[in-house]
Amino acid sequence: MALIEELGSGFADKVRSAQSTFRAVMDAMARPGTVQRITAWLDAPPPLTAATAAIALTLFDHDTVIWLDDAFASSPHIAKWLRFHTSAPIASEARYATYALIGDPQGLPDFANFSLGSDEYPDRSTTLILQLETLAKGPALQLTGPGIKDREILRATGLPADLAGRLSQNQKIFPRGVDLILVAGDGVAALPRTTRVTPIEA
Amino acid sequence: MYVAVKGGERAIENAHRLLAHERRGDQTVPELSLDQISGQLSLAVDRVMAEGSLYDRELAALAIKQARGDMIEAIFLARAFRATLPRFGMTEAVDTGTMQVQRRISSTFKDIPGGQVLGPTFDYTHRLLDPTLAGGMVPQRPATAPVPEAPMPRVTDILKSDGLIEPSPLEEQGKPVGDLTREPLSFPADRDLRLQNLARGDEGFLLALGYSTQRGYGRTHPFAGEIRFGEVEVEFFAEDAGFAVPLGAIAVTECQMVNQFKGSATEAPCFTRGYGLAFGQSERKTMAMALVDRALRARELGEDLVAPAQDEEFVMSHSDNVQSTGFVEHLKLPHYVDFQSELGLLRKLRAEFEQAAQNENRLREAAE
Amino acid sequence: MNAPAASYNFAYLDEQTKRMIRRAILKAIAIPGYQVPFASREMPMPYGWGTGGVQVTASILGPDDVLKVIDQGSDDTTNAISIRKFFEKTAGVRTTTATAEATVIQTRHRIPEEPLHDKQVLVYQVPIPEPLRFLEPRETETRRMHALSEYGLMHVKLYEDIARFGHIATSYAYPVKVNARYVMDPSPTPKFDNPKMDDCEALQLFGAGREKRIYAVPPHTKVTSLDFEDHPFSRYRHNAPCALCGANDSYLDEIVTDDRGGRMFVCSDTDYCEKRRADGHRGTEGAIGPGFETKTLEAKSSETKPPEAKHG
Repeated sequence: MALIEELGSGFADKVRSAQSTFRAVMDAMARPGTVQRITAWLDAPPPLTAATAAIALTLFDHDTVIWLDDAFASSPHIAKWLRFHTSAPIASEARYATYALIGDPQGLPDFANFSLGSDEYPDRSTTLILQLETLAKGPALQLTGPGIKDREILRATGLPADLAGRLSQNQKIFPRGVDLILVAGDGVAALPRTTRVTPIEA
Repeated sequence: MYVAVKGGERAIENAHRLLAHERRGDQTVPELSLDQISGQLSLAVDRVMAEGSLYDRELAALAIKQARGDMIEAIFLARAFRATLPRFGMTEAVDTGTMQVQRRISSTFKDIPGGQVLGPTFDYTHRLLDPTLAGGMVPQRPATAPVPEAPMPRVTDILKSDGLIEPSPLEEQGKPVGDLTREPLSFPADRDLRLQNLARGDEGFLLALGYSTQRGYGRTHPFAGEIRFGEVEVEFFAEDAGFAVPLGAIAVTECQMVNQFKGSATEAPCFTRGYGLAFGQSERKTMAMALVDRALRARELGEDLVAPAQDEEFVMSHSDNVQSTGFVEHLKLPHYVDFQSELGLLRKLRAEFEQAAQNENRLREAAE
Repeated sequence: MNAPAASYNFAYLDEQTKRMIRRAILKAIAIPGYQVPFASREMPMPYGWGTGGVQVTASILGPDDVLKVIDQGSDDTTNAISIRKFFEKTAGVRTTTATAEATVIQTRHRIPEEPLHDKQVLVYQVPIPEPLRFLEPRETETRRMHALSEYGLMHVKLYEDIARFGHIATSYAYPVKVNARYVMDPSPTPKFDNPKMDDCEALQLFGAGREKRIYAVPPHTKVTSLDFEDHPFSRYRHNAPCALCGANDSYLDEIVTDDRGGRMFVCSDTDYCEKRRADGHRGTEGAIGPGFETKTLEAKSSETKPPEAKHG
């Protein structure tokens, strides 16, 4: 059984770190395509990165059901770390998840596997947190919609190739649908369900 | 010449100082102590604990003192304090069957195992103002009797063992009990959330609703199966210890109403239940609560919804007096910006009305 | 910056409550105009007095924020003062009356005249979040209407107003459509302020504590006021310049100056008015207030005793 020291610490300053991490995620969600900085630091169990772990500590607790994809589930330290620091229940079925942590975004399951909310309660859908290689370069996506003045370009490495198509299907069931948070390095971006995404030819 | 004054902050400070002064009152008169409030205005303290949803006599007494006797203000203070407390978890359900009974009555039977115990009650007093209470009165010592060994089974349990009353409606095993302080209320609401809402609800509001059911607004033919008041043990299951740890005892009042019987094609008719439970000696509250609980069960018992007391959304949305007083009293806040908009619209409509009236007069004159 | 009182968590709320509200805020942003239910806490001020706005502000506020709190457009009304002091005490944040300096602005019933920028968040206090509430009291029903985008009830009401009064008779809390999907209550701001919500650079968050709902309008989102082709939406403001600063484009408060029908109209947005006066703009009644030089006034012949000045 892992000792607490082996598990890796949480935030040194819980209050400040949770607040600054939240503002970064909030700004990312409010301005899709922009990359915000997560400045809070902590020891995260690999392959979970510090920024992804910071978001987990900020948003997860015993009221949020978490689903881990194979990449994260195969590392037992991650589940232990999450349980210890957040008390969040970890579910084996994605459709109950409030948040899904995706360590291998290219293998991202079909959105239909997650909770899509209902027409009366569209907020009760899963938020997918994708841990990516980088948000500084890669295939470009053009974004339009709420939060964006005219259009925004997002470059990312590691997203599923058919993401634009999936998001377009996601839009068809609006107001239901999943929302995405993208994390790479110390950067965070977001694709709420309202964002229209089209790939740009290189 | 209009002078823009910035004085709001100082006005507030002065108002608070004046309030503290008025609260203390004549300083030659002895100050109220929390012991006095808790001991001699104990039913006020009970109400603040019940609706404040916080069992602490001293804090409730302090709230009453701070609120200058305004009960809803005191309840608000208790609730706001409660919201700052860390939450460890849920206790085991209290067993009112093992209550240290101080008062226990039943209207459904003349006599019952354990007997009718009147306890401290106003019920049969003559409501004549008593000047001897004005000061320095030493009460007689109360009569005593040995604590009865005989069990005091609940009347509803007696009826249940004969199959005469429905079993206590149980939720699915293992389903967590709802808590409306931790999750936003949505309708339809299950009975656990309804009872919690009623337990915290304003006594006056529930009293009126309960009364309405007795006067024909949704009739349930209630009988007071049992009302008992006394102390019950509170226990908390400690994971590490592996057993339930007693935390202490609290005084509660429980009311079980026996109501209109119900049957179906597949089940023999039996009486139905209405339930009330509150901190302290709160009979009026628990009786009203039981009447309204039964009325709100109309939906699950397949009864027609015809009366306000049966309207779940109406009852539950308006029972919380901290919420209702907040919104009613918020009308004291400045609303002059919106009023200005209304004035503008009204003046415009009135001008158009005048214009139309004038036009009509001119037309009439021209026709003559 | 003041040191916060030792016994409170930063901004009063415990971390679990903040997390719950933060999660609701994120979903609200993802579904513009949709009311997200949240488990509102009892706050030290009464329900109906801004607890929703306070909980939203408390959940987003950080030590480096600069907070402005206004009520009826003024920083000096009693409830704005009370809420500002609350955050000074529990968060120790810097506070300001200058709109341009603020990073978080909590407001009741007005949107500032000065256009907001992308480093700002506007937090509205909302009494009744449901725009259909006075047409349909049941939450079960209104939630269904929003789900199905069934807003006929609202259109009928507006049409009936026109039939009865010749105009849409809603002058404040004028319903809007957000992102061409949800009908939303902008909070009891005068309809004059509605256009400011459209394509705004700042994030707009709405908190209703007693009704337990949070909603949001992301920046650069389409917000249109409901109307009909032959009865288009119109803004109302009293048609006169501000008596203090001469502004022709700001919403005006009516001040009763005597008991013979004397009236004066001044900017509701006190910061806007002060800035204009600091820049040298004057209306018909030059103001004398702290920090301004005495100016020679043009006395009106009908003027008698100077009015009692009251605020808040």
